[in-house]
Amino acid sequence: MLSAEAIKKIEYELTKYPPEKRQAAVMSALRIVQMERGWLSQESISEVAEYLGIPEIAAMEVATFYNMYDLEPVGKYKLTVCTNISCMLRGSDEIVSHLQDKLGIGFNEITPDGKFCLKEGECMGCCGGAPLLHVNNTDMREFMTPEKVDELLKELK
Amino acid sequence: MAAKATKPVMTDLKGQTLVTLRTLKEKNPAALSTYQSLGGYEQLKRIITEKVKATEIINQVKVSGLRGRGGAGFPTGLKWSFMPRYFDGTKYLVCNTDEGEPGTFKDRDIIRYNPHQLIEGMAIAAYTLGARVGYNYIHGEIWQDYQTFEAALAEAREAGFIGENLFGTGFSFDLYAVHGYGAYICGEETALIESIEGNKGQPRFKPPFPASYGVFGKPTNVNNTESYTSIPWILQHGGQAFADLGVPNSGGSKIFSVSGHVEKPGNYEIKMGTPFADLLAMAGGVWKGRKLKAVIPGGPSTAVLPADKIMSATMDYDGLSKAGSSLGAGSMIVMDDTTCMVKALKRLSYFFYEESCGQCTPCREGTGWVYRVIKRIVDGQGRMEDLDLLTDVCNNISGRTICALGDAAATPVLSFIKHFRPEFEYYIQHGKSMIDGK
Repeated sequence: MLSAEAIKKIEYELTKYPPEKRQAAVMSALRIVQMERGWLSQESISEVAEYLGIPEIAAMEVATFYNMYDLEPVGKYKLTVCTNISCMLRGSDEIVSHLQDKLGIGFNEITPDGKFCLKEGECMGCCGGAPLLHVNNTDMREFMTPEKVDELLKELK
Repeated sequence: MAAKATKPVMTDLKGQTLVTLRTLKEKNPAALSTYQSLGGYEQLKRIITEKVKATEIINQVKVSGLRGRGGAGFPTGLKWSFMPRYFDGTKYLVCNTDEGEPGTFKDRDIIRYNPHQLIEGMAIAAYTLGARVGYNYIHGEIWQDYQTFEAALAEAREAGFIGENLFGTGFSFDLYAVHGYGAYICGEETALIESIEGNKGQPRFKPPFPASYGVFGKPTNVNNTESYTSIPWILQHGGQAFADLGVPNSGGSKIFSVSGHVEKPGNYEIKMGTPFADLLAMAGGVWKGRKLKAVIPGGPSTAVLPADKIMSATMDYDGLSKAGSSLGAGSMIVMDDTTCMVKALKRLSYFFYEESCGQCTPCREGTGWVYRVIKRIVDGQGRMEDLDLLTDVCNNISGRTICALGDAAATPVLSFIKHFRPEFEYYIQHGKSMIDGK
């Protein structure tokens, strides 16, 4: 069941659209539920669809199309490293290999303690701060270096 | 709720001509009070309370020479004149802040450092075009900046600059922020509209264009963030003053996002027509004292230019077109002489393969073929005929898809091979890079 807090946030999103266009809020509703639960299970997606009164497949289509939705568990901290051209030119490969060494995992894997998951990202639109590392889809870290990766890993309890 | 005071991560403002980022000189750039101290929202108030005619406003925008800052460069004033004047129902206004083209990060700085000028620009556009509701669609990854913009909207609403019955004139305009969630294709205006409606971001076939069939099937005007943000300045100083900042056919100043191998990456808002050499110097030059090899001037969907061609180019629509590329969104990706062009192209082709929405066969299948062929070259399995094969596949994607992503995917491949063919041939013959030996 959607939490009262999630419903409150979804209701706010619904105010942005005409009352009969409830599907328009599906992207934010899925994001709100994902932020609360860490990832989107099939059950979470159905709950969102049911709340908005839209077919489940409509919510599924959105959840599977946009790449920031996580349809599998991602651990406590999802670390997404951009490896696109501007980040690549400024050493994203080094950030990736440093993270892989430190955490002992590859892309799309979770550390055994369930704390970290590593993802490869596409352009995040902050290329002036390359190389970039994004934490849990919300926290943009810029000008990353192996040293700053170490600090970050310590900071994320 | 006040907009969060974000300490600007700024480039040196010396030599810049700040129009859309003009609050950057101030202490708390995103705040409403800061923007108002620079004359913010006065143009909106003037045109609404004095009931300035829409045709007069559109004329100023036409005189300004402002062209769409999202990449296509279509004249903004002309686009505005496509919106139907009379329509029985809600017309919509959409702002495209969905920057996902690699190397593009200018609109992010507008929404986090000067959100109110964008809001005023959109409100002026709404008045001019008779739009009742607006959406600013913001790139998924910049969550903190999305929140800054939401806070600015709340501030503007409270101050009576958006919402019901503005300045007691009966004119109403509601503006909302919409958050994307990771799809490059949503930078395409009809995919963006689909996404606002809560669908997969797959582009629509045009025509009909958004001006007749946009958000929820209603007439909709879509512009880039930087375009809307230029509007208050244009009305304050006059269209001619804006045009005079630039060069013929490229009015105004423009933000250039400089990334890659420079000492000081970041956004530089400079006059159109500025020589590239000056921009490179402002960005501290090529890093580590190395030599310039190539620049992608407008994001990867524009053709790469070797050093000699870009060094003699000017930063405007005609200047870059003469040099053999285009201005795009002004996203300059700088590469030094240690860059392996084959590996760089492999990464770019993976991007287009990953981001193809899958709707049109030439793009869905073609981007995959292109990536796999370049990958096999990088893996040491390339064949000499692969270069012709790549050209052939790209020519069969270009112009054969609903949206421009197909063309965008083909452009880097064709231009990289055209300008750096010996590097590709060496890689195929030796199974390793001519540049890094690996």
